Amino acid sequence: MTATSHDDAFVVFDRVQKSYDGEILVVKDLNLQIAKGEFLTMLGPSGSGKTTCLMMLAGFETATSGDILLGGNPINNIPPHKRGIGMVFQNYALFPHMTVGENLAFPLEVRKMGKSEREAKVKRALDMVQMGEFAGRRPAQLSGGQQQRIALARALVFDAELVLMDEPLGALDKQLREHMQFEIKHIHENLGITVVYVTHDQSEALTMSDRIAVFNDGVIQQLAPPEDLYERPENSFCAQFIGENNTLMGTVESVTDGVAAITLDDGAKVRGLAVNCGGPGSRTTMSLRPERVYVGGEEGLVTTEAEVKELIYLGDHIRCRMHVHGNDEFVVKVPNAAGHKHLQVGEKTLISWETADCRALDA
Amino acid sequence: MALPIYASPLQRAWYYGFRTICTLIFLFLIVPILVILPLSFNAEDFFTFTPEMLRFDPEGYSLKHYRDFFSNSDWQNAVVNSLRIAPMATFLSVSFGTLAAIGLSQPHVPFRRAIMAILISPMIVPLIISAAGMYFFYSRIGLQGTYWGVVMAHAALGIPFVIITVTATLVGFDNSLTRAAANMGAGPVRTFFRIQMPLILPGVISGGLFAFITSFDEVVVVLFVGSAGQKTLPWQMFTGLREQISPTILAVATILIAISIALLTVVELLRRRSERLRGMSPG
Repeated sequence: MTATSHDDAFVVFDRVQKSYDGEILVVKDLNLQIAKGEFLTMLGPSGSGKTTCLMMLAGFETATSGDILLGGNPINNIPPHKRGIGMVFQNYALFPHMTVGENLAFPLEVRKMGKSEREAKVKRALDMVQMGEFAGRRPAQLSGGQQQRIALARALVFDAELVLMDEPLGALDKQLREHMQFEIKHIHENLGITVVYVTHDQSEALTMSDRIAVFNDGVIQQLAPPEDLYERPENSFCAQFIGENNTLMGTVESVTDGVAAITLDDGAKVRGLAVNCGGPGSRTTMSLRPERVYVGGEEGLVTTEAEVKELIYLGDHIRCRMHVHGNDEFVVKVPNAAGHKHLQVGEKTLISWETADCRALDA
Repeated sequence: MALPIYASPLQRAWYYGFRTICTLIFLFLIVPILVILPLSFNAEDFFTFTPEMLRFDPEGYSLKHYRDFFSNSDWQNAVVNSLRIAPMATFLSVSFGTLAAIGLSQPHVPFRRAIMAILISPMIVPLIISAAGMYFFYSRIGLQGTYWGVVMAHAALGIPFVIITVTATLVGFDNSLTRAAANMGAGPVRTFFRIQMPLILPGVISGGLFAFITSFDEVVVVLFVGSAGQKTLPWQMFTGLREQISPTILAVATILIAISIALLTVVELLRRRSERLRGMSPG
């Protein structure tokens, strides 16, 4: 479902730049193709430019340079109300002086749809989010989760092919948020719509998306399906931003067959998968997921020394903070399995990992 | 708010002093108005309470001043003029004031503060100065002594009230609502009338009421800008006081007070209703 060329892409950002003050670029040279039916998430910290991109697509911001195409046609000069894109706003933006039914009927009225057709569509959209009985209520009489569903229904009611969502679940509590993630995902699958979703919550991005575009500093750092992004981050920002991550700083000695030999800052020598680390002599950040580190030395693995600093019991696993080659925040998840070694605070032990799991990235 | 048991002597003194000051303020504001009400039923042509009135003798009271008001053509003309001028001035104030308030609440408008200050200035500049200025300006362009001249002058006086009340309502207005409307396909005009207007209506109504009262009560500007053809109720009252000293003016005042109270009540009820409808902001 990923678009590889301009031709089969539904939404295209072509060398888009955006600056609010004419000096600082909030979005720097954005190139992105979104396929029809795709669920694409723009993920990044606040101020990374992801919301600006969404607003440019919706038409509330204009691109400083570059083209945005929808279905093959440039939309830079089309005002927001003629783009026909559905949108769920961060604060829902329900019209407080209208009932739920009137809120949903509004986009249909604008499209001069007949009354009976309007009612049928409103009912179908409300049923889709299981809010069928709430058509007569006002938004202020609904809970946050219910308002969120209405906002979703309103974005879907006029059969937009593209629906934008700007951190729609940000204001909900954790349980409801997880439930709504599944519901939005199912609606997306059932209707076959294209969704562009903005969030700063990485677990939300991982559970829902077909592809994730990680934004930082106005640039897409990596664009990949969730598994790839988590398991094969291409730079140290993505490795840090998605999931838990341990880092070791060092200098590349040599690169042979995609494996880099690295001297860490305290003189220790380790090996890692050369991903994005440059040639011999360049600085590198080694990235290692906590669940891919084993306690104890093993044949064929990279083995090194560590000192236990802190143990946190979490039931299914024990979170162990260690001192490893100058890094005090090195975390290892020790499974709470039968016969597994019990660590003590202050104990010195060996830890090991697969060369392929330790990725040498940019410094 | 009862006085707590641990209040210090100073707090006690302030507690009672505060109530005394409040009572005095209300007394000085309201008593002059209350005195007018019974006096307007005076059977004699005096501005004082007659001995009959003080004895509550029915002979001392009559509706003759009210009859005079309703039969005298001077007063009736004044009423008609006021009712022709005030609503039109209110309409102009509300239209322009609301648009100005919305425009000036956009962050990208240059010189917002300066423009706002100029628009508000009729409220701050002494009325006699505005009036004299308008007189000279309107004379040059042929508006002096015309219906539209008075209407425009009164609209200029009413606009600041509308701007202030509407700006206050706009502070709580969620701009993502207009974006949402645009996103659903509504053009700017439809968005304004269906989304923005209903939500800022309380401010528009309050501002309109102030503008109406300003025009309806105004005497200085109309004396300068108007001519005999635009003699409004306040103008007639002013000449009545100066030239004929007839208690009819008290009857008029009583009627105006009743109308003001009724108007304020209705508008306040309307405003509360639309505030309730707007349900305050969701979430």
